[in-house]
Amino acid sequence: MQELTADAAIELRGIDKSFGSVHAVRGVSVRIERGSITGIVGENGAGKSTLMSILYGLYRADAGEILVDGRPVEMASPRDAIGHGIGMVHQHFMLVDSFTVLENLVLGAEGGALLARGLAAARTELARLARDYGLTVDPDARVADLSVGEQQRVEILKVLLRGARILILDEPSAVLTPQETDRLLQILRVLRDRGVTVVLITHKLREILAVTEKVIVMRRGEVVAERRTADTNAEDLAELMVGRKVRFDLDKAPARKGETLLAARHLSLVDGRGVRLLDDISLEVKAGEIVGIAGVSGNGQTELLQVLSGIRPPSGGEFEACGRKVDATHPVDPAEMRDLGVAHVPEDRLRQGLVPAFLASETSILGYQDREPFCHNYILDGPAVGKYCADLMERFDVRPRTPGLLSSSFSGGNQQKLILAREMARDPKVLLVGQPTRGVDIGAIEFIRRELVRSRDAGCAVLVVSVELEEILSLADRILVMFAGRIVGEVAAGQADERTLGLMMAGARAA
Amino acid sequence: MSALRRPLPGWVEIGLLPLANIALAFLVVSVIVAIIGVDPLHALRLLVLGALGSSESIGYTLYYATNFIFTGLAVAVAFHAGLFNIGGEGQAYIGGLGCGLAVLALDRYLPGLLMIPLAILASAAFGAAWAAIPAWMQAWRGSHIVITTIMFNFVASALMVYLMVNVLIAPGSMTPQSRGFGASAQVPSMQAALQWIGIAVAPSALNLSLLLALLSCVGVWIFLWHTPWGYGLRTMGHNPEAALYAGTNLKRTTMLAMCLSGALAGGVAVNELLGVHHRLVLDFAAGYGFTGIAVALMGRGHPLGIVLAALLFGALQQGGAELAFESPRITREMVVVIQGLVILFSGALVHLPRPWLQALFARRG
Repeated sequence: MQELTADAAIELRGIDKSFGSVHAVRGVSVRIERGSITGIVGENGAGKSTLMSILYGLYRADAGEILVDGRPVEMASPRDAIGHGIGMVHQHFMLVDSFTVLENLVLGAEGGALLARGLAAARTELARLARDYGLTVDPDARVADLSVGEQQRVEILKVLLRGARILILDEPSAVLTPQETDRLLQILRVLRDRGVTVVLITHKLREILAVTEKVIVMRRGEVVAERRTADTNAEDLAELMVGRKVRFDLDKAPARKGETLLAARHLSLVDGRGVRLLDDISLEVKAGEIVGIAGVSGNGQTELLQVLSGIRPPSGGEFEACGRKVDATHPVDPAEMRDLGVAHVPEDRLRQGLVPAFLASETSILGYQDREPFCHNYILDGPAVGKYCADLMERFDVRPRTPGLLSSSFSGGNQQKLILAREMARDPKVLLVGQPTRGVDIGAIEFIRRELVRSRDAGCAVLVVSVELEEILSLADRILVMFAGRIVGEVAAGQADERTLGLMMAGARAA
Repeated sequence: MSALRRPLPGWVEIGLLPLANIALAFLVVSVIVAIIGVDPLHALRLLVLGALGSSESIGYTLYYATNFIFTGLAVAVAFHAGLFNIGGEGQAYIGGLGCGLAVLALDRYLPGLLMIPLAILASAAFGAAWAAIPAWMQAWRGSHIVITTIMFNFVASALMVYLMVNVLIAPGSMTPQSRGFGASAQVPSMQAALQWIGIAVAPSALNLSLLLALLSCVGVWIFLWHTPWGYGLRTMGHNPEAALYAGTNLKRTTMLAMCLSGALAGGVAVNELLGVHHRLVLDFAAGYGFTGIAVALMGRGHPLGIVLAALLFGALQQGGAELAFESPRITREMVVVIQGLVILFSGALVHLPRPWLQALFARRG
């Protein structure tokens, strides 16, 4: 037993943590072996991020102890964690865009009143790291000019420069193309071979299977399984995460296409500084089909949805939705689009789709607040809204079924189901959907995708934008790829594969 | 889910936290009062008796509270729309101009039942118009409403001095004030109103404008939480992108919120001019607009909370005046310090006692 502890880089014993009435982590004990890559998987809210935040000193555990290199330690703040050689790479980069790589690397460790000495020392260190780990980045490039994958490498370097021997990565591939993800996994393997201990938090089972030695599965704050990666597979892990059998394949019938309900012709959007956000976009969506738009985030998908839903007027070109022509001189507002039967599930549910401080019942009528049956004679009918919300919750299995609860108290998946319910409840002719399952747990993903297909089969024209390639591949009947504001390729779902799509997403133009 | 944002039970949040803030403020006040050589308990007794000790003092407390309800509501409505209206002061002042112009033009021809509602509407309309200009500048030109509403307070003040001294001054008068309003333009005092139904109270500045203030509370509550416009306004305040997504016109909603806010601030003119001064005077709005910010903050933007906060500030105003009168060592300036401390602890430092309360309730729960 003593021997086992000795070769564990980290050991957590009986960690327990509650937030108010939410018991986030329940007596978790895990061992992270030195010089290995360990994956932690689990649905949203399973407690994996909380557990790692406790290890990194962001939260204090209510009970339990943390051992680093076999010795019990106190983690009161990230400073302690860094002192014990633990570093964390966050999902969202914490870099200053207008600084160079080197300036970002010394941020918080400037090493004296004058920058020059710290910069010189960092440059030497960087050269050593590049040699040892093969992590090459131009130290004098501005962060804003780097690709997302390179920015992530800077984040990793930042942590290594602080002397970390244990690296925690929280959903590192959320913003990467498949190729960039592969490169990241390669980097992680090199780090492991050089003796760095890596903990990978993710919900993407493909990455877990590709790179880890051991997987820890969490559910509802507990560790429900530990597996050698070699002894397990995706179905097994998914079942452990959700607690029941999960089907990845959507069995959907071939699309029965009808008339064109949404058509864009040479659509463009130029912002105030003259940047072309959308460039000559032409597309068609017919009744009864799902068109998927793939692409790395930030390539114009957000703006395309804004234009098609009436939030922003186009600068050039035109589109037609349910018979209404829209161009720069004939703009439309989102309320009119709703009247036409165009529903929109926005990409960013917390900023657009709902108001976190509103009740669930209030969220359930966002955008429809001045319509029957919610509003008569200019007064909102509270009971009617509550009843409507309860109906939506029943139909879309939103839990808990409490219309009087704040929207922010629901999990991501349940918030998304509520928004989807709101937009699908009025049987729209066109459904625009952005990132349908971002930050949503596996059980809800399955449900949401089935509902989208059901909507398609009912004759709705569905346009889905997603950065999850796997999602586009399983949902769409036709796939368009966006890069730098343009549509760079179209592929029928049957002929698409991850590799070719990934190349198009990275800007290599296809025929 | 940091410790700071952990929710407290509702009654603690609404009831205990403000009480803890006030208690802290008075603790600091006691220290200061003790330093200048007055027994804090004695001072507190004077303050409380001065605010609530007789039907006259209660009348004055409620009269001040009326003003604070109007300005508190004004700040709260704008705040729900995500707008910080610092211009309640100027809007109340210009509301008074509208009120005065309407009365001076018509009080000889109209009976009270027409004159008073018309004067109230004129107050609201002028207050709204004065708020509409900064609102328009923010919505269409992008200038920041905090800056412009502050500047408009100065503009309002200068404009009123000019008009009072040069245009509206009563002929032959030495002081810059208009001629007295006719009897048809006077809101009955509470003493007179209560006498009709056989209740005798001491005379005070309290008048029936209090009822208008309470009606405004109900109106604001219905508007914000039970109409689609109020819904759109609150959506914009919490989350402008969600409002845009929902099809709410942000420019129009900004105008709506600010005009409503200005109209409510105009209520101060009703209380002061129609209810008390019975003529147009200078500086009748002094300080109420700014204190309204503290009232709205302390009342958590809810009409019921605003009524309670307005009562507290009304009591401080009245009790403070009595305290300064009774205790020679405590000057008017000291009273302002006391009010300032209450504002500081219930406004800027509102979350100060939160960790202690959280610790208290976490241990129990």
